[in-house]
Amino acid sequence: MPTNKPPNIPSSEITPPQVYFNRRMFMRGAVLAGSVAATGFLYRRLNPPSAVTEQRPKIGGVVTPPTDEAMRQGFRTDEALTSLADITNYNNFYEFDTEKRGVAAAAQNFVTRPWQVAVEGLVSKPRSFDIDELLKLAPQEERVYRLRCVEGWSMVIPWIGFPLHMLLKVVEPLSSAKYVAFQTLLDPSRMPNQTTGVLDWPYVEGLRMDEALHPLTILATGLYGAALPPQDGAPIRLVVPWKYGFKSIKSIVKITLVADQPPTTWNIASPNEYGFYSNVNPNVDHPRWSQRYEHRIGDFGSRPTLLFNGYAEQVAHLYDGMDLRANF
Amino acid sequence: MKDTHFAKLALFVNSLVPLMLLLWDVWRKNVGANPLEFVTRTTGMLTLVFLLLSLAVSPLRRILGLNWLIKFRRMLGLFAFFYGCLHFLTYIAFDRFFRITTIPGDIATRRFIAVGMTAFFLMLPLAITSTDDMVKRLGGKRWALLHRLVYGAGILGVLHYYMLVKSDVRLPMTFGFLLAVLLGFRAFARYHQTRRPIPTGLNRTS
Repeated sequence: MPTNKPPNIPSSEITPPQVYFNRRMFMRGAVLAGSVAATGFLYRRLNPPSAVTEQRPKIGGVVTPPTDEAMRQGFRTDEALTSLADITNYNNFYEFDTEKRGVAAAAQNFVTRPWQVAVEGLVSKPRSFDIDELLKLAPQEERVYRLRCVEGWSMVIPWIGFPLHMLLKVVEPLSSAKYVAFQTLLDPSRMPNQTTGVLDWPYVEGLRMDEALHPLTILATGLYGAALPPQDGAPIRLVVPWKYGFKSIKSIVKITLVADQPPTTWNIASPNEYGFYSNVNPNVDHPRWSQRYEHRIGDFGSRPTLLFNGYAEQVAHLYDGMDLRANF
Repeated sequence: MKDTHFAKLALFVNSLVPLMLLLWDVWRKNVGANPLEFVTRTTGMLTLVFLLLSLAVSPLRRILGLNWLIKFRRMLGLFAFFYGCLHFLTYIAFDRFFRITTIPGDIATRRFIAVGMTAFFLMLPLAITSTDDMVKRLGGKRWALLHRLVYGAGILGVLHYYMLVKSDVRLPMTFGFLLAVLLGFRAFARYHQTRRPIPTGLNRTS
């Protein structure tokens, strides 16, 4: 049997050089395009831009106090509002994600009904409130507050809510109650990042009694005229505008009146960086960065940070005679 | 790897892909609520990625026997420096808003800035002496010795990242782990040097 017959390829079938080189060029182009697509895909996966804006149910019957009076009390500011997209896509809410732009997506399906808030401790009438009950407890009021994050950025947010003192009045605090402790929901099945140890869960915060009773201190249930989005602390959160943002605890399930200063999450995590008071103060630097300036989200550049976040007129008297450097 | 020229071109183009996408996102205003932070974080991360890639070349080459990998090390290192420059410029231009006088104070209050800057300036002589001509002028041995600075840049770069995060240190720890593996391999290889002769010449170290 004849083997190894020389190939009998007619010359017409031999690839002409220009086609061969074209093929080479084509292959190179394909490799280049393919690798660029793969690199781009990888980059996008590792560094995704975010945008989740969801319509929330409107809150009806919102009360707006007369402007002059509201300005005097610090309930309003005439500064430009931060956009809804920025407020709802740039969140520190470690229960969902430690990445600020990842929180909105991670919290999107967070169910906030039914929802109970227990108010207990040193009170005459401890009880649990349903979220719908809380919404009717007091007139829902619009408050336009500055929010200053300890990280050096700030926003102006049109909250909807009611003063915390209105809720405290209902349960009748005992005279032995000196502090108010707050607690966020603990449910790793609904707050996925609670399975990690990045913070001690549940998130806890606290205020001194006079801070809790101050008219600027509110429980917020909405923003921009609609119910609070999950990433901003739905269904109900604290807002204390003269303190760094982390004091304004989100998705509250428990409020306890206590005699002694309660533990607070960031203070537990890093006691020399985050104090119990955490009042906004440009003169007291964070150990790792200056608090002198802030970057207003949506602006270009930076602006000086104000003592008590600009609410000194309303709250400075709470700290008369106190060393703000020692009690940071 | 026969077609080095094309492979280098492909690596060059691919290394620019993240920058192109970043510019595209900035142009389309798709960089979130805090564009400055987004750009700073992205360029910083890319610096570390390219530093680790350039540090991975020698171990991979040894383990897999792929000697041609060495041809890409310089470009990877230069891209680390390039993204480091962008990161540094973002800080000067936007974080400080050209308030140059505030920089010394900022370094004093934010220690991680000092660490990051040191890492960046360690890369500077490496970029300057990256040309063939410079290798010749310095001599292979001295050049290789100088380029060990890259270990310092890597360690300080990762430390810089670790120091700036608030509490979720998982990602900086991952970078740290990878760096430890890459540097650990070198220590290990050096320890076993006597048992396995290694190729001589300037490609030996780092």
